[in-house]
Amino acid sequence: MTLATRIIPCLDVDAGRVVKGVKFVDIRDAGDPVEIARRYDQQGADEITFLDITASSDERETMVHVVEQVASEVFIPLTVGGGIRKLEDIRRMLNAGADKVGINTAAVFTPEFVGYAADKFGSQCIVVAIDAKKVSVESEEDRWEIFTHGGRKPTGLDAIEWAVKMEGLGAGEILLTSMDRDGTKEGFDIGLTRNISEAVNIPVIASGGVGNLDHLVQGVLEGKADAVLAASIFHFGEYTVVQAKKQMQAQGIEVRL
Amino acid sequence: MKVGVIDYGVGNLGSVIRALEELRVSPILINRAIDLHIADCLILPGVGNFSDCIQILDSNDWSSALRDEVIGYERPLLGVCLGMQLLASASMEGVDGNQQEGISGLGFIPGKVVHLRSLGCTQRVPHVGWNSIKSCNSDHLFRNIPDGTDFYFVHSYAFVPEDSKNLLATTEYDVQVSAAVRSGHVWGTQFHPEKSSRAGFQLLRNFIDGEGC
Repeated sequence: MTLATRIIPCLDVDAGRVVKGVKFVDIRDAGDPVEIARRYDQQGADEITFLDITASSDERETMVHVVEQVASEVFIPLTVGGGIRKLEDIRRMLNAGADKVGINTAAVFTPEFVGYAADKFGSQCIVVAIDAKKVSVESEEDRWEIFTHGGRKPTGLDAIEWAVKMEGLGAGEILLTSMDRDGTKEGFDIGLTRNISEAVNIPVIASGGVGNLDHLVQGVLEGKADAVLAASIFHFGEYTVVQAKKQMQAQGIEVRL
Repeated sequence: MKVGVIDYGVGNLGSVIRALEELRVSPILINRAIDLHIADCLILPGVGNFSDCIQILDSNDWSSALRDEVIGYERPLLGVCLGMQLLASASMEGVDGNQQEGISGLGFIPGKVVHLRSLGCTQRVPHVGWNSIKSCNSDHLFRNIPDGTDFYFVHSYAFVPEDSKNLLATTEYDVQVSAAVRSGHVWGTQFHPEKSSRAGFQLLRNFIDGEGC
């Protein structure tokens, strides 16, 4: 008996609706967040992550209400990311019922923010979200860089060094998304996942690219991820969380069934 | 039956309140130490770090009122996560290595709170996720909860009771970690029952239905 590997369905929420895009464009409506979260809870999801992709700040309030509603019906941990820039944003989401927040862009521009947030609210609720893209060419050694703005803006920051730095500042977990794979259904970027997992000593959640259940298994066995996150394979009814767990269990991975 | 949830100003209590409502009990939020006696039993949550929480408890009469109600009047208490660690004699969280004593806790259950690393844990810290429990002293808190049931944990420090008779259940995370403790009518769980879906509901039910509450 050991710690179970977590399966985390992720809901991208835009103005109160769950959506899913391919490489952050071509957004398809996937339904009501409360209804979907409840379904995943019943299927045995270990956690649920919400990413607020709402562009305008006046619609941020909508996300607070979504979190409140979900938290009052779903009794598993909830993580909320997107638009978390100030300590006040964190407080608001935790008060709405989130257990953890994901910090992304704000960490890139003000790394100390991660430290302040961890001191104030505890590392256990600070997840640093890293969006990385491969920047090395084939003849070179693999290298990934941090990108912001949905994968459009390079920062020059090396992804592995960045993850280590975030751990040092007090991040409790790393949510690692491959921007090359996100929405492609080609599977996780295993090299990226494994390199980051081996470089840090906090849990790493692999994200971006899951198209089938074998991809989840690869993320854990080859990528060494502590948790796997997926969106579209669950939203559009291709697979249930139970099927995903059974597949992982069959490959010798400890899951909660 | 009145279940009081102690609201001393740290973190969100929404999930605990909602979980109790699911069990069809009407929880009362207790935000003044002098109101503790209103409840038949008490839940002490906690998030953040030990020293901040104990400072708030000490500076607003909570600690002495809890001592009166819980030790004096034997009102049942369940501490959750950091709320469980606060029950200990002392914690090493936020204490530099040279200090042996640690920061004093409520002292309801003799024991010390130490970092998972100092227990010898080489796995990733924090310990985050669903881990299975194994009971070591039978207790009604785990009625209808078989060994191997998963609960949701998220913590970097762990409670080490002085006397193993106070240990109700453990979980394995490279090393043995206390999952639940008890002394008399004071219970504590390191995991979050309010975030542990069905197993969590059963545990809260057991606490409420237990003798004296």
